[in-house]
Amino acid sequence: MTDHSVPSTTAEAIQPSEASNRISVIRLMGSRLVWPLVSLAVVLVFNAIFIPSFFAVEVRDGAFYGSLIDVLNRGSIGIILAMGMTLVIATGGVDLSVGSVMAISGAVAALILTETQLGMWAVLPCALLVAVLAGAMNGVLVAYLKIQPIIATLILMVSGRGIAKFITGEKIITIGDDSYNYFFDFIGKGHLFGLPFTVTIFLSLFVVTGLFVRMTSLGLFIESVGANETASRASGIADKWIKIAVYIFAAFCAVIAGLIDSSNINAADTMNAGVFTELDAIFAVVVGGTALTGGRFSLTGSLIGAVLLQTLMTTLYTYGVPSDVAPVPKAIVIVAVCLLQSQVFRTHVRRLFGKGAKR
Amino acid sequence: MKLIPKKWIPLLTTAAVFVFLFSAASMRFEGFASMYVVADLFSENAFLGITAIGMTLVILSGGIDLSVGSVIGFTSILVATLITDHQMSPVFVWSIALALGTVFGALMGALIHVYRLPAFLVTLGGLFLARGMAFYVKPEAVQIDHPVYDRLGDIAIPIGGGAELGIAPLIFLVLFMIALVVAHYTRFGRNVYAIGGDEESAVLMCLPVGRTKVCVYTINGFLSALAGITMTLYMDSGNPINATALELDAIAVVVIGGTLLTGGVGYIAGTMLGLLIYATIYQITFFASLRSSIATIAIGVLLLGFIVLQKMIHRD
Repeated sequence: MTDHSVPSTTAEAIQPSEASNRISVIRLMGSRLVWPLVSLAVVLVFNAIFIPSFFAVEVRDGAFYGSLIDVLNRGSIGIILAMGMTLVIATGGVDLSVGSVMAISGAVAALILTETQLGMWAVLPCALLVAVLAGAMNGVLVAYLKIQPIIATLILMVSGRGIAKFITGEKIITIGDDSYNYFFDFIGKGHLFGLPFTVTIFLSLFVVTGLFVRMTSLGLFIESVGANETASRASGIADKWIKIAVYIFAAFCAVIAGLIDSSNINAADTMNAGVFTELDAIFAVVVGGTALTGGRFSLTGSLIGAVLLQTLMTTLYTYGVPSDVAPVPKAIVIVAVCLLQSQVFRTHVRRLFGKGAKR
Repeated sequence: MKLIPKKWIPLLTTAAVFVFLFSAASMRFEGFASMYVVADLFSENAFLGITAIGMTLVILSGGIDLSVGSVIGFTSILVATLITDHQMSPVFVWSIALALGTVFGALMGALIHVYRLPAFLVTLGGLFLARGMAFYVKPEAVQIDHPVYDRLGDIAIPIGGGAELGIAPLIFLVLFMIALVVAHYTRFGRNVYAIGGDEESAVLMCLPVGRTKVCVYTINGFLSALAGITMTLYMDSGNPINATALELDAIAVVVIGGTLLTGGVGYIAGTMLGLLIYATIYQITFFASLRSSIATIAIGVLLLGFIVLQKMIHRD
């Protein structure tokens, strides 16, 4: 039922047809966040009733532990990817390569830590370089060669995993005791202010990005490019550079997520790192109220969408649903969200209810 | 430039790349230019070829289907489980699997057409659903040991040079012939091209746009299920993780084969050439004892090259 509340909300928010509803629509548009929040609340209330241990938080060694903390910790990768994906989708694009970029960044970090003595001072610039190269490639293909974003980023999605495997020599590189690095370990497993450090990472990324796009006109430019590229160019916005910038930002988020992931498991597992995470990120963005067609975006919405997804997954695991089967409810939610955003579907439903009322 | 029609350039490039790759490899590696290798090209990639045929139709119609890999995995484990654990007859199980695949494809097609949902998202849902269901059926690999499978496994058509084609490549080649005829010599095939070229014009021409689009996804669902069955024939087992991310390979094969991703332009024969290039690259990495990651990167580079080439040709 949580699934339904999400879409119906988004659905109503984007319905422009009836003039009489104009005012309420505008009000809903202003508070698109209400609906993802409501669905999150529904899941949480459900958990509060049926899984009392869900809200239990205990303090050990000055740090908090519990299901809620776990949701934030595990969800951090999804949230970080969703930040980058939001801006890409806002320009009317999509980035399928983030999972592969995650794998590359993990591979690069593991290689530097195990093969050299350079430590984090080499890992961070190299990771940044990966982000710039990957993002620039996607961005140039989309902005200058005008290749559809799905296809342009598909190239890196396919070859990126190959690149990552090539870097690690097709094995899992374990970051063992001899290559232990305190700072690298801290990224995925450390605690700060009693919370996992990953929470600090995604919160600061969220706040900095939010401030940056809303305090400058960058956010407006991004929305403008997504809403109408030609008009934006005519009004002097450097649409090509905006696009390249958002793809680099998405790759940057992917690189951070990759570092967290490999720090978490103390290894670079190029076969499994970031598989299907691009889909989770897209899902979080869509649930958060940013339309795939581009234009207006909401970072907060995507944040809530990602948390909602992770909460759903954690709930399912608590009920003993195997993690391999968990994609089934995820799929149903995706299709339900899409349906409720569809104009035709809403017309059908309205007609159905209209008939019911007449009877 | 005038000598060669513009629309043939991608196809001819693909053919040239294939001839170049194969002859270069034959000169470099002893024993590469043999019928054994040719037979291998087809046998090892029969299921990829089958699903690539369906993908070609979908992409020609201007759509995309990300669910094929998962449907193959689901079919393979379903077939294996029903035959081995529930002692059902293979023919009956195959019909169930094909029916499920067909209905699944039709449902996605209906959602895409009737509710105007993005094909990318709907089939993404399909990807998750089918993969999750595969693990729901059985979370681990299942061996198939059945007289029918033994008999089908004995089928081998000699193609000269001592090499033989098994049942899996034969299914693929027969389907390829059918697809050639359907795409280029039937009304349905022309409708697919017309819709991919310009859907609005197709509507104005009173072509059955909705029916054709739903049909394309239905056929693709059917072919994915068939590819899954072919996989069980080839491997004598089923596994829920089979064909993970195969949809990307299928799309790559179609694009390398010269089909335009925006729809409307392309050839089934091109997909065959794309598949041969794909298979040859993997054979070369095998012969040169290179890592398979090199092959993945090479395919990515080829994909990039062909997409850019298409952009250059269709710039106007």
